[in-house]
This record gives sequence, structure tokens and C-alpha cells, in this order.
Amino acid sequence: MDGVALLTITVLAVFVGFEVVSKVTSTLHTPLMSGANAIHGIILIGAIIVAGQAEDTVTLVVALVAVVLATANLVGGFVVTDRMLEMFRGRRKAPAGVGEEGER
Amino acid sequence: MILLDPTWTAVLYLIAAVCFILALKGLSSPKTARRGNLIGAAGALLAVVTVFLSSKLENIPWILAAIAVGSAIAAPVARRVQMTQMPQLVAMFNGVGGGAAALVALLELPHAGDAWVRLAIAFTLFIGAVSFAGSMVTFAKLQELMTTRPIVFPGLAVLTVLVATLALAAGAVVVVAGPAWAAIALAVIGLASGILLVLPVGGADVPIVISLLNAFTGLAVAASGLVLGNVLLVVAGTLVGASGTILTRAMAAAMGRSVQGILFGAFRGGSTAGSTVASDRPVRSSSAADIAVLLGYAQKVVLVPGYGLAVAQGQHTIAELQAALEERGIEVSYAIHPVAGRMPGHMNVLLAEADVPYESLVEMDRANPGFRTTDVALVVGANDVVNPAAKTTPGSPIHGMPILEVGDARQVVFLKRSMRPGFAGIENELLFDPKTTLLFGDAKASLTELLAAVKGL
Repeated sequence: MDGVALLTITVLAVFVGFEVVSKVTSTLHTPLMSGANAIHGIILIGAIIVAGQAEDTVTLVVALVAVVLATANLVGGFVVTDRMLEMFRGRRKAPAGVGEEGER
Repeated sequence: MILLDPTWTAVLYLIAAVCFILALKGLSSPKTARRGNLIGAAGALLAVVTVFLSSKLENIPWILAAIAVGSAIAAPVARRVQMTQMPQLVAMFNGVGGGAAALVALLELPHAGDAWVRLAIAFTLFIGAVSFAGSMVTFAKLQELMTTRPIVFPGLAVLTVLVATLALAAGAVVVVAGPAWAAIALAVIGLASGILLVLPVGGADVPIVISLLNAFTGLAVAASGLVLGNVLLVVAGTLVGASGTILTRAMAAAMGRSVQGILFGAFRGGSTAGSTVASDRPVRSSSAADIAVLLGYAQKVVLVPGYGLAVAQGQHTIAELQAALEERGIEVSYAIHPVAGRMPGHMNVLLAEADVPYESLVEMDRANPGFRTTDVALVVGANDVVNPAAKTTPGSPIHGMPILEVGDARQVVFLKRSMRPGFAGIENELLFDPKTTLLFGDAKASLTELLAAVKGL
């Protein structure tokens, strides 16, 4: 893909990022940080590609370390976020009004 | 083995990118948050399957083994961690992500065709290393492996400028010619920079720095996407970079601080360093039985939970106390400071764990006017977030931070471990106020005593 197309995508992603997060209530700031943290674990894709192209042992070992680290970020990030959000379930009453607050 | 042509690959990556956007979007409401997170995880899985089906890869058994090892380490830790230790775990996961990005960039360097690609590599390498080392220091601070206070030493400012200059020089060499020694030097300088960045940050500001480093890792991942020509990495990394930046600013605003002030405030000296010495001024302390009488015959009680409650795992006990008081017809609510706990929103997570209904939790802006009609404000393990010094003492490290104005209540009760100052290391005038009563001890033990006493009224 050419540079201008990638730049276009990058700029659009910045706006989507700002737009999506600007509405989050402070109640959910911690899960949001953790969720965003999980998402950058997708660097795993890059780690898999470099490990798959490794031609010598040193490169392979370093790349596999990157795979382990990226997997820990990705898997751990989503699991920990899920656990946090699990806490918001099981109200004694239905969380009336919660939806409106979030959508504001 | 290539089973997917480039068009299908691009479409699947696009779907994964949309899943990530939905994951962040879902976090705008507690109702949709969990589903959003699962959609995000599904997107990640789709992307990993896609990369295996669309690229020519060697060493596949090794790669699968490494993925298994990474999962086997992270999943049980993430499952078992206590809610109170969440911030340091998030810091740890962020750090390893940054480290992975730096390693990927390092390995791509020999394949870099032109200077633009080497610029993206230098950026990823440096920022990834900063994020890795910085996150490890924040982990050590939150885990209390080292002091949580700002660490400043003579020459720190000079050293920081020196390291930044070296980074620019090594970065320039990488961009122009791309020798391996310069790349490794840049990575080492990045590690040093990460440590120097976080050392001067103290106590309550540490979570904000985690959020900032989270945004950094996002940017490093986005840059590595440019290196590999992978749109998904560009989109996911940029999303995290942008959302992390907003979150960092929102968190700093909740504490009345600027991001620059947090990072570089300690360089100015003096003001962020508080005292750890306990005061010997007289205070009024009382027994659980007396305080139970105070609570049991009030009409309106506001509970103000803080980090001390979380550390003592007292969230279930305070929920029981709330129920016991409500049974007596008392109006009970929780006043939640945005940064109560160790991260913004952390206290909501902890109380949600104890099944406290969402509608009992009152955010600071709505809680503050209510204190004037409150009979008893019960502060459990919170100090800095109710400290009037934030409003009255211009030189104080927490000056400007919005606080819960518990001083407006008719009576104030503090459950405290000791007279030692809180996280920010400053004394709280409110403790010496004539209408304040203290109950010393572990938050959970004190709450259990109070609960028994209230039930016995």
C-alpha cells in the first residue's frame, strides 16, 4: 500500500480514536485503559511475521521472545479487562439510567 | 502456506479493525462494555488466524509454541490477580507490548529499504523501549518494590537532556545508514529514557503515567505497522495512541494536574515531595461502639471509600454496613472521587465486585453539594481525595485537585490505619477538626466492628 493511503488511514484512525473515547464516563476509565492496552497487543501479528521470516537462530530467538511478550499483552489484556467488566454485572437492581449516562 | 489472497486478507484485517473500534466504543456504557471487550478479543483472534493463512511463514511450530507460552503465563495471572493489584498488572502488560514492538522493529531493520522506513523503525524502537522500561518502573512503584515517592537527584535534568541528545544522534544514524550497533544503542538509550521519565513521578500520579505509556505503546505499534505495511497494526496502534492521549488528559484533569506538571514537576524541586512523618498534634479518636451510635441515629450517611478500603479488601464489609444502615431507614450513598483507588474508576470496579448497586455510587460533582445536608461522612481509607489543602494551600502537591468536600458534613468519621500521611505524603487538616472522629485500625477490621455494633443497636 502506498504511503499516502497509509497516512490517510492513520489520520482517520486518530479521529475515530478521539471520537470513540471522548464519551467514556470516569466510571469506566480503568477498564478503558486496560482494554486499549489489550488492543496494542496486536503487535503479535508483527512478531509472528518477523518470526516466520527469520533465517538464523539469533533472529528466530529474538522474534520468539517478541511473540511471547506480545501474546502476554494481548491475552492478558483481554482477560483482565473481562474480569474487571464482570464486576459490573449482577446488580441487585437493573441498572436503570446507566445506559443514558454512558451515551451522553 | 498462503490460503488467502491479498484482497481477502485486507478484508479480514478490516473486520478485525472494526472489532477493535467496537471494543472501545462498547466501553462507553457498563451495559455494553463486556460484550465490546469480547468483540475486541474475537477481532484479535481473527487477525492472528489471518496472518497464518495469508503469509509465507517458516518456523510455525516454534511460533505456536511461543504463543502457547505467552498465553500460559498471562492468562492465569490475569485470572487470579486481586482487583487492587490491577494497576500494576496493566502496567506490566503494557510494558511487554512495548518491548515486543521494539524487538519487531529491531528485526525489521536489515530489511528496511529506504530512509522513511528506517525512520519508522527508529521511532518504534525508541518509543517501545521507553514504554517497556517506564512501565517496569511504574510496576515496581505500584507493587512497592521501590519507593512510590518521586526520585530526584542532582544532575537529573542534565542527564535527561544528555540522554535525549544521544537518542537523537543514534536515531539519526539509524535513519541514514541503519547499522545494527546504532539500533541497539538507540534501544538501550530508550530503556534509560523510560527509567528517567518515570523516576521523578510520585505516588498518585503513577497511574496517569501508565496511561501515557499505554498511548506510547500504541504509537510504537502504529509505527511498526508502517514498517511492515500492515494496515491493522496502523489502525489499532493509532486508536490506542489517540484514546490513550485523551484518557491521560482526562485523568490528569480529574486530579487538577497538567501532564507536563506530572512528568516534569519534580524537576522544579520541593513542591511534590511531602512528608512521611506522623504528626503529634492531638486528634479525637473513638471506639467502634460510639461511632456506631453516631451512624445508627443519623438520617443521611455518606460513605467515602478510598484506597485503604481496597487494600484491606473491605468492599464486601462496607456493602454489608450499607445494608445494615439502610435497614434502619437511613439514607446511605457512596461519594466516589474520580481517582479514588489507584486508577480513575478503580473504586467503582471494587464496589461493583461487592454488588453495591450502581445507583448508590455518586460521582464527585453530584456528591459535593449533598455533604451540607449529610449527618455523617464516613471516610474509609481515603486521605488525599478529601484533603482541604487541595483548595487552601497553594504550595501543596495536591493543590488544585478537586476534592470531596466532606468537611461540609455535620460530623466526619475517618477510619484510618495510623496518623501517617496518605499517598501524596501530606497532612490533612480535617483530621484535627473538632467535628472529626477517628477510628484507628485496618479498614476491614474497623468496618467489621462497626457492622457488629450497628447491628447490636
